[in-house]
Amino acid sequence: MSQVPANLRYTKEHEWIRLEADGTATIGITDHAQAALGDVTFVDLPKVGKSFAAGEVFGTVESVKAASDLYCPVSAEIVEANTGLNDSPDLVNREPYGAAWMIRVKLKNPAEAAQLLDAAAYSATL
Amino acid sequence: MSESLARTPLYDLHAELGARLVPFAGWEMPVQYTGIIEEHMAVRKTAGLFDVSHMGEARIRGRDAAAFLDRIMTNELSTLKPGAARYTLMCQPDGGCVDDLIVYRFSETEFLICLNASNAQKDIAWMRSLVGTAKVEVLDECAAWAQLAIQGPLAEQILALTTALPLATIRRFGFLVGEVAGASGCVVSRTGYTGSAGFEIYLPAASATQVARALLAAGKPHGLIPAGLGARDSLRLEAGYPLYGHEISERISPIQAGLGWTVKFTKAQFVGREALRRQAEGGPPSSVILFSLADRRIARQGATVFAGDTAVGEVLSGTLSPVLNKPIGTALVAAGFTGSTELTVDIRGTRLPLHVSVEPFVK
Repeated sequence: MSQVPANLRYTKEHEWIRLEADGTATIGITDHAQAALGDVTFVDLPKVGKSFAAGEVFGTVESVKAASDLYCPVSAEIVEANTGLNDSPDLVNREPYGAAWMIRVKLKNPAEAAQLLDAAAYSATL
Repeated sequence: MSESLARTPLYDLHAELGARLVPFAGWEMPVQYTGIIEEHMAVRKTAGLFDVSHMGEARIRGRDAAAFLDRIMTNELSTLKPGAARYTLMCQPDGGCVDDLIVYRFSETEFLICLNASNAQKDIAWMRSLVGTAKVEVLDECAAWAQLAIQGPLAEQILALTTALPLATIRRFGFLVGEVAGASGCVVSRTGYTGSAGFEIYLPAASATQVARALLAAGKPHGLIPAGLGARDSLRLEAGYPLYGHEISERISPIQAGLGWTVKFTKAQFVGREALRRQAEGGPPSSVILFSLADRRIARQGATVFAGDTAVGEVLSGTLSPVLNKPIGTALVAAGFTGSTELTVDIRGTRLPLHVSVEPFVK
């Protein structure tokens, strides 16, 4: 069974988001998503400063089998992208909730985060 | 995906081994167990065991069997000796491929042919339509046989733990019939689709689980793991082997696919001969190339290949080569551009330089 940590929020498209104390948020893909993709070979992430609307594609994650779009869970501006994934895309398979975080963002409309799935609701979609 | 999928005799074993099953050519097949890259590297370094029971089989039997095969196949089968096998194409009159196959000769009058799963019924109907007055029968044995492939540098050593057959005497594309893991009537051939050493085993469907379990148990201490179709695809692409529907198809001939060595124009007559000879002599309109990319992005089937701003081809297969740790693939490229050093491929709006490789990536 895939892990669904209780302290995160989720999208139906299998991204997770963690709201940080400083008002930013960290975003990645779920354990279920990495398992479904198989061996991840490449993660294409946006540049710092770019903005995305909630539901907009912010990048691509690619495995041996397929390339999948990454959807921004909330309207946000990129403050940091995880450059460590350039050299070690396989981190996505090993630590999807840890070292393989993908982007850190500044939320444009914090109220949007409350509309995302909690762990129980996300688990129910799997 | 609404139609019901066929299951191989090893379906329960796959579930027990934690395989991820996907639809493939009408079958529910394991795409991976632990991970495509891990399974791929096991085949390159130790050994992997594949269930390829979805492949089809036809028996060709009768006084005219050898002459019949020479007439419908591009390669020469009448010169094949009993106990040997040969790779061949079966073509349409226009030179397009009906299928690629391996033909095993059992005796003067009896052959077994391995067919691609997606083409098996088409192939059998095609062959039967060409029998005419020849004294030959085309028997559908798809359901009778299971197939296992044990591939990798330790494959022979592991297989020897389960059989008394003198494996060392089997030459490349040779085979023996005998007992493996207590199952009699197994055809053990030194063939494969990975670019590593190894064997393929045709066995009575009812014996498949027994033999697979015995091989996995015997091989485990040596690093044998079950491997799925995902690794089978990346292995064959590294080795430069064609896959029907990608590098060869009804619209891509063996000449275009670089398989001219399987086409014997010395035979006076065979289906597709005139069209293939025109292509071989005049040069085909497009040809299949192997390529690698200096990037992490994979160029996948359907991606457009450019020379400057002109579209000159399309990607046929693409994957990450675990051995090279970079993307590799094949493309169908228009005549005049196949040796170009200026080719690029469009991956979701980004043009990346494509490096043509003359040699397969592993040998």
